[in-house]
Amino acid sequence: MPDQALAPTAAQAVSMPGYTRTAITLHWLVTLLILANFTIGVNMVDLHISPLKLRLFNYHKWIGITVLGLVLIRSAWRLTHAVPPDEPMPNWQRIAAHITHAMLYALMLAVPFAGWLYSSAEGYPVVYLSLWRLPDLVPKNEALASVLVDVHVSLAWTLAFFVAVHIAGALKHHFFDRDATLRRMLQWRRSGLAMTPTGGSKER
Amino acid sequence: MNQHLRSFAALSALTIFVVAAAGDPSIDVAKSSIVATFTEENVPVMDAFKRFSGRIDYDAAHPAAAKANVVVATGSLDTGSKDYNTEVSKKEWLDSGTYPNATFVSTAITPGANGHFTATGTLSLKGRTQTLRVPVTVSRVGTATAFDGTLQISRKYFAIGSADWNGVVSDVVSVTFHILE
Repeated sequence: MPDQALAPTAAQAVSMPGYTRTAITLHWLVTLLILANFTIGVNMVDLHISPLKLRLFNYHKWIGITVLGLVLIRSAWRLTHAVPPDEPMPNWQRIAAHITHAMLYALMLAVPFAGWLYSSAEGYPVVYLSLWRLPDLVPKNEALASVLVDVHVSLAWTLAFFVAVHIAGALKHHFFDRDATLRRMLQWRRSGLAMTPTGGSKER
Repeated sequence: MNQHLRSFAALSALTIFVVAAAGDPSIDVAKSSIVATFTEENVPVMDAFKRFSGRIDYDAAHPAAAKANVVVATGSLDTGSKDYNTEVSKKEWLDSGTYPNATFVSTAITPGANGHFTATGTLSLKGRTQTLRVPVTVSRVGTATAFDGTLQISRKYFAIGSADWNGVVSDVVSVTFHILE
């Protein structure tokens, strides 16, 4: 963001500075996985004990670990690649949007991490894709598990809240302000036109 | 829910204490463990039986004369969750209503090299019996004697769990015991 003040290059004049393809791919991939996992998570807990329930718990854990890994990559990408400047908007909206983004990143890491902790405390190791056994983060502990499940679920609902705020903001910008906020997360630009505000071509 | 579990655990511990204090050389349940290990979709799960009793008569000078008799309360498998504890006690699993106990009674002891013996005996579980040969390691723990070993059983053989679980829960269940007396 501090780089936005730099003078636009010739290429930028014809093409809006946007998100890198990597950023766009990661955004929508993580979106899809979080929506799927939230749906599975909310529904699996009330099922009667059955093979399906056990399978869903495992799928839920695999998706969660995938999200954790992708969001770590995404965070690294976000920290090393400039994002397009904000569309013009009142300051409070800008601040709210940035707080929401920060909370989304924090929660996208915290929710699966708390889930992994909970699974360990319950005495069920996470075996990713039924192939790789991940380390137990804490030893089996029933009292700790009962706290961690509440932490995991509360954080997940907090994430859902910020996702709702994020979607509402994007739709508001698209339909009311008619600016490029949402469009630029959908714009799959040709790499030749890809210019970041720092002036470098970082498109992948 | 957890409070109930805690009171239940406290009550079981008290029962175990009273039982252990009553008899002559018998299993010190508080210091012993019997743990079932199996996998659920490749996820290893270890659940302990909380109630068991019995005795192992073992004289290091005459190991071949040893005798073992262990009774495990099938309804005491602790999965770490009340719902699953209720589930595994049901008819299609351990059916602890009809078969409250699983027993292992030795029929022959074959002494091996230092501190090892093989216990041949009959395991009765859920109305079925199977002859098992169980390798056991004996060691001294202070003034007590410890018996350690693992035996493996087939869930299907003992009709534990309905067929729709076969793709999820492993057939082989290992039972690891550490018995102190």
